[in-house]
Amino acid sequence: MFVARSIAADHRDLIHDVCYDFHGRRLATCSSDQSVKVWDKSETGEWMCTASWKTHSGSVWRVTWAHPEFGQVLASCSFDRTAAVWEEVVGESNDKKKGLCHWIKRTTLVDSRTSVTDVKFAPKHMGLILTTCSADGVVRIYEALDVMNISQWSMQQEISCKPSCSCISWNPSSSRAHAPMIAVGSDASSAAYSGRVHIYEYSEHTRKYTKAETLMTVTDPVRDLAFAPNLGRSFHLLAVATNDVRIFKLMPMRSEAMPSCSTTKLEVHILAQFDSHNSQVWRVTWNITSTLLASSGDDGCVRLWKANYMGNWKCTAILRGDGCPLNRACTQSAAPSTAVPYQHTLLPSSLAGRRNFS
Amino acid sequence: MEEVDVEPTTTPIPGVDSKQKHLGFVWGPGDILVYETIYKASGVSSGGCPFVHEVRKDEDIYSPILRKLFNESHHIFVGLQGVKEDLPSKNKKPQFVSISKNYRSVIRACMEELQQNAVSTQDATLATQYGNQVSILLAVELIWNLCEVLFIDAAPAGSLLLHLLDWVRLHKADVDEKARDVLQSESPTEHQAYWDVVISYVLQGRMDEARQVLMKQAALQPAARAMFKLLDNLLIKMPIFNPSGSQTLTEFDVKWRHWHEEVDRCLQDQSFASNPHLEVICKILVGDEDVLLDHKELLSTWYHFLVTRLLFSQPTVKPTELHYYAQSSMHMFLDTRSVPEPLDSIVLAAFEFDIHQVIKDCSIALNNWWFVAHLTDLLHHCKLLQSHNLHFGSNLREFLLLEYASGLFTHHSLWQLAVDYFDHCPEFGRVYLELQIERVPLDTERKALKVLRICEQRQMTEQVRSICKIMAKGALRNNRLGSALSWSIRAKDAAFATLISERFLQDYCANGAFSDLDLIDNLGPAMLLSDRLTFLGKYREFHRLYGEKCFLDAAKLLLSLMTAKIAPQSFWMTLLTDALPLLEQKEVIFSADQTHELMFCLEELTSEKSLPKPDATMQDEDIETTKIEILRLALARNLAMAIVKEGTVEV
Repeated sequence: MFVARSIAADHRDLIHDVCYDFHGRRLATCSSDQSVKVWDKSETGEWMCTASWKTHSGSVWRVTWAHPEFGQVLASCSFDRTAAVWEEVVGESNDKKKGLCHWIKRTTLVDSRTSVTDVKFAPKHMGLILTTCSADGVVRIYEALDVMNISQWSMQQEISCKPSCSCISWNPSSSRAHAPMIAVGSDASSAAYSGRVHIYEYSEHTRKYTKAETLMTVTDPVRDLAFAPNLGRSFHLLAVATNDVRIFKLMPMRSEAMPSCSTTKLEVHILAQFDSHNSQVWRVTWNITSTLLASSGDDGCVRLWKANYMGNWKCTAILRGDGCPLNRACTQSAAPSTAVPYQHTLLPSSLAGRRNFS
Repeated sequence: MEEVDVEPTTTPIPGVDSKQKHLGFVWGPGDILVYETIYKASGVSSGGCPFVHEVRKDEDIYSPILRKLFNESHHIFVGLQGVKEDLPSKNKKPQFVSISKNYRSVIRACMEELQQNAVSTQDATLATQYGNQVSILLAVELIWNLCEVLFIDAAPAGSLLLHLLDWVRLHKADVDEKARDVLQSESPTEHQAYWDVVISYVLQGRMDEARQVLMKQAALQPAARAMFKLLDNLLIKMPIFNPSGSQTLTEFDVKWRHWHEEVDRCLQDQSFASNPHLEVICKILVGDEDVLLDHKELLSTWYHFLVTRLLFSQPTVKPTELHYYAQSSMHMFLDTRSVPEPLDSIVLAAFEFDIHQVIKDCSIALNNWWFVAHLTDLLHHCKLLQSHNLHFGSNLREFLLLEYASGLFTHHSLWQLAVDYFDHCPEFGRVYLELQIERVPLDTERKALKVLRICEQRQMTEQVRSICKIMAKGALRNNRLGSALSWSIRAKDAAFATLISERFLQDYCANGAFSDLDLIDNLGPAMLLSDRLTFLGKYREFHRLYGEKCFLDAAKLLLSLMTAKIAPQSFWMTLLTDALPLLEQKEVIFSADQTHELMFCLEELTSEKSLPKPDATMQDEDIETTKIEILRLALARNLAMAIVKEGTVEV
């Protein structure tokens, strides 16, 4: 792996989140400088900032794109206790000539009384549904009443996950066999609560989300979690970032006696557990086909994990800061290196390209 | 299976202090973005984040020359998948060998092009990059060729050695270059590399060429003519197995032993004692291992040593015996201190017939999946993975193909090749394709149609719907109503089609003309997707009829739009206004009954409208009232005319 290009992001404060759009041609970044920036990839592969605007009156924690079926839509959440939905509109004809697009706030979701820690769109087959979770431990599920006019959102449900929520993840499975499912992680540090990951499942019967499972083995604060793409499997994979990286296998055990009227019982197995970060882990994310899992931890590294065809997981790559403190000289040297020549390893001499295969 | 502990590679990210800060990341297509951040909420501003870094995994697919390798091997791959399962394996073998050769010739062609580029380029870093790629391809071809000989062709004793000799000759071709230098020099025999060339030829079993070079020396030394003649004779007489001849292996063996004894006798007789060079050659012929090992420089690799050693001591070696000679040759050749290179281990594993180890080591050693994926697939087709009792054989193939194809999918044009690879992965190919193809950027309509066709061919209905929906949404955003409408019809998205039809009608009301007439005129049955779309289509038909002066049909259609409730009531006023010119025609067009119905429609409309709209201005209302009065007048006059006409008997 090699750094192919560095993008001058130009946020005035820490970047908290970067999100690719569905096709990987656009980026959204958000920062403590209260702004969100949108970047578009040019023909030559350069990233150009096409919009930058103040979105909140506090640090923006997360930013996420809706599926392009719903248009060019972003959601952001912030320390200012709100989440917001933004839509890009093409300007009037004279604007369009200049290629100017602008982002319009379609709604502000003000139900939370504390910092909104995560915001996620539900899988597209469910419609345009947005979920937020907040530091006071409430998960809120909103639905756009009319996908053609996304300024109207109604709250479908409020789920209490006391004492605090840090992250949410939708199960992406669109199989009819799987009811909509959402996992919620808590970063509560008090030992009074047991289990930091809760799984909620939608019941057609009650039209509500109810708790299907709590992962009791996760007892330390959870900072992030991520369902893997389903790949047509009968079970689900959930990666959890806590004081280590864990991968859980959730096997639905549908009871024969009560089909569809009760929530599915889940059989939970732990598939892998990595403590290589040797510390708190903050983020976990799967790649598109869930063949790779990436995690970031207190050791300042991003680690990539890969399973071989026998299902054994291994760390295959580490990304680590070069330790060079941020100063003029350093960033200047980093900036022009848009195409660092990559030294291919000579096979007969040294072998550096690694594959986790064994 | 033995675990090889491979340490993960560490990639340094410039300008990030991992001790103080965290490294944030996000997955992208084919890359991963990283940026400096702090996850612990501190509330203290920690300064700006100047950079987001794009970290890429594999740059091979971006090389235009390697792209040819991917393209051409894709054809071979697809052809291989078509090899009939039911053919008897005996008939399939030559086919598989020829496929294997095709793969190798693609590698060779690619290698040559890289080589040329490496020489011609002015850019030093680029030259090194090309050079590195060449050396990788060289190694790949070397391994592939060996696998072809040992596994795919599976040559029996006798032929086996001939194939191995070809293999060595092909990959140690610098002898010919050196020979050319020597023979083209002013006095070849004086050339410092003269004897190296002779011996190299002998080591590769190229006796005719060795003799030709030797002749130059013989001609200069008339005194030693007998001695040269003797060696020449030994070289001529060396028996070479002919697999297509009538000779049996035993006959060959006997003949070869006789020759070997003869060489040995010459050595005992000290026939060559006066010329150390000729004596060395004779000792090589007799298979003297110490002498062979004295020529490590010329052999350059342990596997060359192995093949030469077999040539002069075990020409009828059986496949099952190979591993023994390979191991001992490697130990004899390599320094006891030096650790075998990965390539050495891979070649040794091949000689040990450990296919799985070969694939595994190659996966670790090589930077891309191209080689392992294609080789494993070919071995799978040869039914070699099962016969080695690897019950997960087919999964291994699929695992590697999926990895390779997923890599291709990150490329803006190579993704189309990946589709065929996914098609031939029975277990997860379909799901992978679904996940990957919906993320192909739909930059242009043409590209969208290309993606769409692939999905349609595979009945991927959800992806088809989604792509059309995305295109429709994008077109609407850019105010391209016609395109938006045709995409939403393709997506069978009724709600969206209604919305767009609405926009068309609004535009008509505003401008008095329709855009995208072609599309609307040719809706056909697609019109039935939504009520509003049906109305749009019919309403446009009315205009067409009116334009073609088919007034009777136009009038009938117009009326039916209202009476059959196809038109939304909000649009009735416009329709009634459209009826005005028909009412004003000299000819009576609306019959008395039809006029009654029109009047009824107007009354229905005005009675509901009796409450004044709060937001309507006085002026608007005035216009509205005037319009209604004009309509009433026209209707009444038409009714009178119609009654008169219908009451009149034509004579």
